[in-house]
Amino acid sequence: MAAPFDLNDDTVVVVIGTGAGGGVLANELAQKGVSVVALEAGGRYLPDDYVNDEWESFGQLAWVDPRTTSGDWRVAKDFSGLPAWIVKAVGGTTVHWAGASIRFQPHEWKAKTSYGNVQGANLLDWPLDAEEMDPWYTLAETKLGVTRTGGRAGLPGNNNYLVFEKGAKALGYKEVHTGRMAINSDDYDERISCQQTGFCFQGCKWGAKWSAAYTDIPRGEATGNLEVRDHAHVARILHDDTGKVTGVEYFDKDGNLQLQKARVVCVAGNSFESPRLLLNSASSMFPDGLANSSGQVGRNYMRHTTGSVYAIFDKPVKMWRGTTMAGIIQDEARHDPSRGFVGGYELETLSLGLPFMAAFLDPGGWGREFTSALDGYENMAGMWIVGEDMPQETNRVTLNHDVKDKFGLPVANVHFDDHPNDVAMRNHAYKQGIAIYEAVGATRTFPTPPYPSTHNLGTNRMSENPRDGVVNRWGQTHDIANLFVSDGSQFTTGAAENPTLTIVALAIRQADHIAREMSTGNL
Amino acid sequence: MKTENSPRGLTRRQLLARATAAGAAFVTGSGFLAARDGAWATELSALKPDSFATLVQMARDIYPHDHVGDEYYVIAVKGYDTPDLAEDIEAGIEALNGAAQGRGHASYLAIGWERDRADLLRSMEDSPFFQRIRGGLVTGFYNQKAVWPLFGYEGASYELGGYIDRGFNDINWL
Repeated sequence: MAAPFDLNDDTVVVVIGTGAGGGVLANELAQKGVSVVALEAGGRYLPDDYVNDEWESFGQLAWVDPRTTSGDWRVAKDFSGLPAWIVKAVGGTTVHWAGASIRFQPHEWKAKTSYGNVQGANLLDWPLDAEEMDPWYTLAETKLGVTRTGGRAGLPGNNNYLVFEKGAKALGYKEVHTGRMAINSDDYDERISCQQTGFCFQGCKWGAKWSAAYTDIPRGEATGNLEVRDHAHVARILHDDTGKVTGVEYFDKDGNLQLQKARVVCVAGNSFESPRLLLNSASSMFPDGLANSSGQVGRNYMRHTTGSVYAIFDKPVKMWRGTTMAGIIQDEARHDPSRGFVGGYELETLSLGLPFMAAFLDPGGWGREFTSALDGYENMAGMWIVGEDMPQETNRVTLNHDVKDKFGLPVANVHFDDHPNDVAMRNHAYKQGIAIYEAVGATRTFPTPPYPSTHNLGTNRMSENPRDGVVNRWGQTHDIANLFVSDGSQFTTGAAENPTLTIVALAIRQADHIAREMSTGNL
Repeated sequence: MKTENSPRGLTRRQLLARATAAGAAFVTGSGFLAARDGAWATELSALKPDSFATLVQMARDIYPHDHVGDEYYVIAVKGYDTPDLAEDIEAGIEALNGAAQGRGHASYLAIGWERDRADLLRSMEDSPFFQRIRGGLVTGFYNQKAVWPLFGYEGASYELGGYIDRGFNDINWL
């Protein structure tokens, strides 16, 4: 059972956030005998609690604390207070994620070398490569039970996939299949196989999809080395006069401010909250925020070049039935500048229920042009674009001192402008997506703008040189030895792939490093 | 029909006279609004019946679905019929009618063609009133479970065991 740790216990590792980064890190450390206190801002929900209803589920799980937005992205106009669609709950966004689990391609670890100088982009090579990451990816795939890896079978294709596959093959695409998914195709790791229910985004009620909420978290707690405190909103990371972090202040479930001492602090609150916390922890010693000597905390925000293509056919598709994202075309993921942009993109099946389709198909749209599209809902198929976007220093998370959360803390402002490369890539993907559906007889197609972001990356990026980024190759901050970043904010570049598998692989690797450094006395 | 049971004792002829003013689809009385075909009726607590009828028509003009009955649009905007909100809504409707009059119509409801009503709405689509009504409809209309089957959407499936044995891959026309 999870034994509670004392607030004054300064031997514990404090992990802030319990998603793909923090949840996995907390469990992996606990399995190695390290004492961990995980602080989670949200509540605890398990499969029995999840709701097969888009808006009701959104109300249950989504992070809707205030944030502000700026920049030329359409999200800032249509969803100005909701830049991200991510989860506030134990397990974090692994409750909501669709399960797509694909590795970076080798060249993507070296984006600056691979793509050269791209004007306006702040590209950098990761201090890691595919060879070094290979065993950690294998461990992550085994943990998540990723299909089409480790001898595990692929998922069967649903109606939405069958339309997508037929169009893809008509265009001559070769790498087309039901994806490498952290959704069981057979019973695996005490979880049953996918029942083709849909509602993957609302939390899998069968537990067929991997989520830290009901795997890593309870297993970590079962060791007796992990205590998860839910409804614990971290306000500030504290440090001593030698510049080492000593603990964190957080508001508990009753709104009382608590101080948990710590030997090591790991930040994993996703790419808005993690830099916000470092910035809100500014002190006289670190006036620009913790770990920010490079000035890169909050900068280089990436969200993938996304977008969707929906199409209407003259006969029913019923795209909502079955696994939401079990379908991928990888042919366009390559780096091929002859297409007019650097980097590449994946195309993946996607569906929304009628309520979310009404909100996201053409935000703000109305009138007969809009409603005639929804009249064709039953005959609709859909896909999502996931492409590499360019890191830009001016795309950044800053503190908005004019807007405070319920604890009186400045909220994150998220500024994003598309880079010309992002626009060229998205337009190429729209064209290909439309061609795929037209090849199957689509009567009408919709190049749908990006939703509030689920892939939020890069705001505490990893760099070889401390001048270029916030953390080193272990996710350890360049400035403060016992302060780590453990989520997608440490991504140097975003690659074309859904980020969760890489976040998990980095967390497993980081746990190994932290445990070793603690045992040798370096931490 | 509710029209025969008006609490204020309006005669049927008076009601029908008002109904003409309120547009062909609605019969209004003091404190209520009803469909002419008797399909539905609603009691009003704060909004004027003509204003509510205008709001229902506006909702349909924003999100027109010809196969969906007025009752679902009524439900979608009924939440504005409260003492707290009535003043703002009445002001918005008054402005809408004023704009209609500026184009030579007696009122918004008196505009015969959807195209002309939509043009009018388009001219004021950046107004807070329009955006409030449109934004509210996104959930107020499309998130009604009773509306979903009218679009073929099946909603929750977990309770039915998902679609693994119920047609997740039953497409037959590819």
